[in-house]
Amino acid sequence: MTSFEPIAAIQRLRRSRATRAKTALKRAPFSAWFGIVVIFGYVFVAVLAHWIAPYGETQVFSEAFAPWSQEFKLGTDQLGRDMLTRLIYGARNTIAIAVATTLLSFAVGVSLGLLAALYRGWLDQILSRAVDVLMSIPSLIFALVLLSIFGSSITSLIVIIALLDSTRVFRLSRAVGLNVAVMEYVEVARLRGEGARWIIAKEILPNVMPPLVAEFGLRFCFVFLTIAALSFLGVGIQPPTADWGSMVRENATLITYGDVTPLLPAGAIALLTVSVNFVVDWFLHATSGLRDEK
Amino acid sequence: MSESEYKLGIARSLIGGGDVSRRDFIHLGLAAGLTVAAADKLFVSTARAEPMQGGFAKLGMAHGATTDSIDPAGYPDTFTQTAFSGSLSNSLTEVDAKGNVQPDLAESFESSDGAKTWAFKLRKAATFHNGKTVTADDVVTSLQYHMGKDTKSAAKSLLESVAEIKADGPETVIFTLKSGNADFPYIMSDYHLVIMPAKDGKADWASGVRTGAFVLENFQPGVSAKLKRNPNYFKNGKPYLDEVEFIAITDLAARMAALSTGEVDYIGRADLKTLGMLKRNPKVEIVEVTGYGHYTLPMNVTMAPFDNPDVRMALKWAINRQEIVDKIFLGHATVANDNPIAPAIKFAKDPQPQHSFDPEKAKHYLKKAGMENLKVDLSVADAAFAGAVDAASLIRETAAQCGIDVNVVREAEDAYWDNVWLKKPWCASYWSGRATADWMFTQAFAADSSWNESFWKNPHFNELLVQARAETDEAKRAAMYAEMQQLTHDDGGSIVLVFNNFVSAQSKKLAHGEVAPNWENDGLKMAERWWIATA
Amino acid sequence: MNPVARTVLQRLGLGLITLFIVSIIIFSAIAMLPGDFAKATLGQSATSETVAAFQREIGIDRPPVERYFVWVAQMLHGDFGSSFASRTGYRRTVAEIIAPRLYNTMFLAAVTALIAVPLALGLGILAALYRNGWFDRLVNVVTLTTISFPEFFVAYMLAYLVISRDTFIGSDFAQSMPHWLAVSLSWALNAVPKFPTLSNVNDQTPFWEHVWKVALPAITLTLVIVAHMMRMTRAAIINMLASPYIDMARLKGMSPMVIVLRHALPNAWAPIVTVVAFNLAYLIVGVVVVEVVFVYPGIGQLMVDAVKSRDVPVVQACALIFAATYILLNLIADIISIATNPRLLHPR
Repeated sequence: MTSFEPIAAIQRLRRSRATRAKTALKRAPFSAWFGIVVIFGYVFVAVLAHWIAPYGETQVFSEAFAPWSQEFKLGTDQLGRDMLTRLIYGARNTIAIAVATTLLSFAVGVSLGLLAALYRGWLDQILSRAVDVLMSIPSLIFALVLLSIFGSSITSLIVIIALLDSTRVFRLSRAVGLNVAVMEYVEVARLRGEGARWIIAKEILPNVMPPLVAEFGLRFCFVFLTIAALSFLGVGIQPPTADWGSMVRENATLITYGDVTPLLPAGAIALLTVSVNFVVDWFLHATSGLRDEK
Repeated sequence: MSESEYKLGIARSLIGGGDVSRRDFIHLGLAAGLTVAAADKLFVSTARAEPMQGGFAKLGMAHGATTDSIDPAGYPDTFTQTAFSGSLSNSLTEVDAKGNVQPDLAESFESSDGAKTWAFKLRKAATFHNGKTVTADDVVTSLQYHMGKDTKSAAKSLLESVAEIKADGPETVIFTLKSGNADFPYIMSDYHLVIMPAKDGKADWASGVRTGAFVLENFQPGVSAKLKRNPNYFKNGKPYLDEVEFIAITDLAARMAALSTGEVDYIGRADLKTLGMLKRNPKVEIVEVTGYGHYTLPMNVTMAPFDNPDVRMALKWAINRQEIVDKIFLGHATVANDNPIAPAIKFAKDPQPQHSFDPEKAKHYLKKAGMENLKVDLSVADAAFAGAVDAASLIRETAAQCGIDVNVVREAEDAYWDNVWLKKPWCASYWSGRATADWMFTQAFAADSSWNESFWKNPHFNELLVQARAETDEAKRAAMYAEMQQLTHDDGGSIVLVFNNFVSAQSKKLAHGEVAPNWENDGLKMAERWWIATA
Repeated sequence: MNPVARTVLQRLGLGLITLFIVSIIIFSAIAMLPGDFAKATLGQSATSETVAAFQREIGIDRPPVERYFVWVAQMLHGDFGSSFASRTGYRRTVAEIIAPRLYNTMFLAAVTALIAVPLALGLGILAALYRNGWFDRLVNVVTLTTISFPEFFVAYMLAYLVISRDTFIGSDFAQSMPHWLAVSLSWALNAVPKFPTLSNVNDQTPFWEHVWKVALPAITLTLVIVAHMMRMTRAAIINMLASPYIDMARLKGMSPMVIVLRHALPNAWAPIVTVVAFNLAYLIVGVVVVEVVFVYPGIGQLMVDAVKSRDVPVVQACALIFAATYILLNLIADIISIATNPRLLHPR
């Protein structure tokens, strides 16, 4: 739901990066390493899902709710589909959708945000007011309405969440962009007659990367939880596609009896979110130059 | 007193608390020298003992929306149906636990002129909650509320067959039908057709003044409704409860939790997944009744390839209904046989042979239709019935083994009934069922019905339908209905997958008699019929 | 002109325009949804005749543009209109439908804020004070974990804690662990208060019972929002601690606690207040999932219900309330930021 807008980071933007990053990685705390390892693990599983999973994504076996066994490592679900397989494919589907959504929302949000910061004036006014309007509509309910209009296909899910989410990215990139756009070197580039695309790509973007990268991680988690909430309300990723949000929802009543089944997908979501947050924390800490005295 | 008699005595005292099962009790009874039948009878009489007066029951309903209203033109789901139709109001008739029609607000009814004219006599003692006596005029205006051009009532089509309603004195209402219908009293038991006081020649539903066992105290749409006992109720001794509160709990997990913690005494539509675990709770009783409701996959028989009876037959043999019962309904449903008449309904007859999963037969019929393989779209959404999408995935797997490629098309849940049902060539559908064979056939299979979901127009079937409706000879009717059920089974365009079960769970503190199968929550009348056994 | 007053006027003006645009967007979005109120209500039993009669009565047979302007005219007279669930002679105004729901939502938000905000500030200050120590790390990991689970899962887990007071010892889960562990866990679970898992309140619920009934939703929401506020408090204070004037205070020999409370915190309010406002807005506009799980009749569920049934007047009113809440809370946050920052308050 919430995110940590790295305002502190924006305020204390520093110049040097590459060298700092290297030393920082060496001195990274345990939590950051843990996060990095977990994220790579997830990516590995997601990419190789097709080869790792013991069975097909929607393959149905005769026994529903089979217990944990040699054949079905984590048992089977209500239709008799292998739970482990569903979890693995869930990783692939959920992560792929979340990554695509976050990328799209950043592509839209950052480019518009930096354009607004660079040109100010009426363009900035129009975009900022439009974002104000969009942000004042509760995003979960708005997403629900839009998904009902355009149907809950994966494409519309990605586009709708990305557009609603890009408002926050717009705000952040506009704010950090404004700080950079007033710098002399940007001014010089404009006087040289460089185009907007060149200025943004070569002059502004490199200087606003750290807060944006941190925000990327946080937005990614947020998208994850949004998809889970939409699945809860019945308009998220649709069966028989495996996804973790629906898996928690479908088995929620089992919690009442101390059954651990719904804990698996919920734990999978949580572990990834925590890991991303660990990495983001460390990244922010390392790049923002937050001066902590000993 | 022998030891076994002594034990039996203790067991009897424990039955009320729900601590002795029927089987255990019968064993004790046998030991004490009773016959099985006698022991069973003793169990029932003790368990169902004298209903006790008093108490307050909280009933968790599986539905509830802010648009809910006490207007009987609506009553979209279990909350409004149970609270406002079953508890607050009465229709002219009701259906008992055996599936027979009984007089409710009416005292008696009789037909003449080949079941074309029906006279309903009202109860003399019946009054509205405000003390006014129920008159024939009230009945006429109440029913006319659902008729005519401007009505918004969901029950409009039910009364389409009524040509005229008129009062004959203050206590008799005469119905003239367009054609004879021996089952007309059943239609009068519908939950929309409640009797309201007439005010200025119009039915006054907004005041909430009705005739039922309970008086409306407080209603918050989508949240709860509280009703208290009607001391002047026309049925002797009923209701037993002093007060009931209906609480809308749409979230399944929340419903189960509320029962576990005792925050409600009853929940409708229990979670099937965890039913086994819930059964272990010694304080909870589970009631399961096979209802009239059924889940269907109607094929549009006017469109290719479904216009070919052999294709329809091939599909009927390509579905593993048992697997659907086991996996989608977790065993809490009954396999159906392409016949929409539930086994509990009068004149129900199971057609032969039972359609089951048989790839050989499916391929045989496919070949007969001149095809090697077949590709069809099946349009589904869980708006049709919960589990429709999963059921379609299972069908795709089995049909593939018969050379039939079923392409499952997920439709939007919103406006499913508007955009998919009756529009797509093959889709999923649900019927809550009707109390009689005629009623069901007339609405969903008759050639001229607007809900004839498979557009099936079998001339012989439609002739039989009209004949049987007016026929008063039971044996002849039974034969005609048997033939019609065989026709839907062999030639019809609706694949009837399963009949649903109503599965509810309640605290053992609540007691009840035999549970009616016509609607859920004991035919919607649980508040009137149930009581609190132990304080 | 006083900068605070100028900001307020400017923002209120913009806010009104925003509300107007929001109303157009929501109205068109609902108009684009398949089906309408009549069809949604009648469902499977809809016939073209009954649908037409229904549409005539609630006026949705008129063209959308006309309907929108009728609605705007009503709004300008301060009338939120009638719900489509109204019938002739039985008017259900939008105001009377929304009022109790809005009250419930505000109630839950207030209870949650009373727990969460002091808790978050306290934890944030302590974490900043003992930064990088075990306390800081522990708080960090715990709060991160609570926001990493989907909201509804946190809610279900809390409900399970209450239920398992009675059922835990007999469950398969307990049987599968060593006996002593099961017994001690069950003993620990008995310390959990028997909170209601069903927060079904109505207008007759007494005040304290209402508080008792929203306990679980309030705790769930607290777990969900504390992390964000706490981390911002911590970051803002630590950021301030790096300033020269803090070094000065430290050199003067002040205790760390005094430095944080007297010198760092007053200057760190702006970012903290922004985050608090963001989360308070969330408590009002974003809690539909928690409302569903605990069956709490709040305004979020009302809006989702109204969208499903296409009850346009109710949807419109809910959307406007949400948007206004968002705009006002942001405005208040900005005012506090200006008021606590002398440089902004007295511009050169």
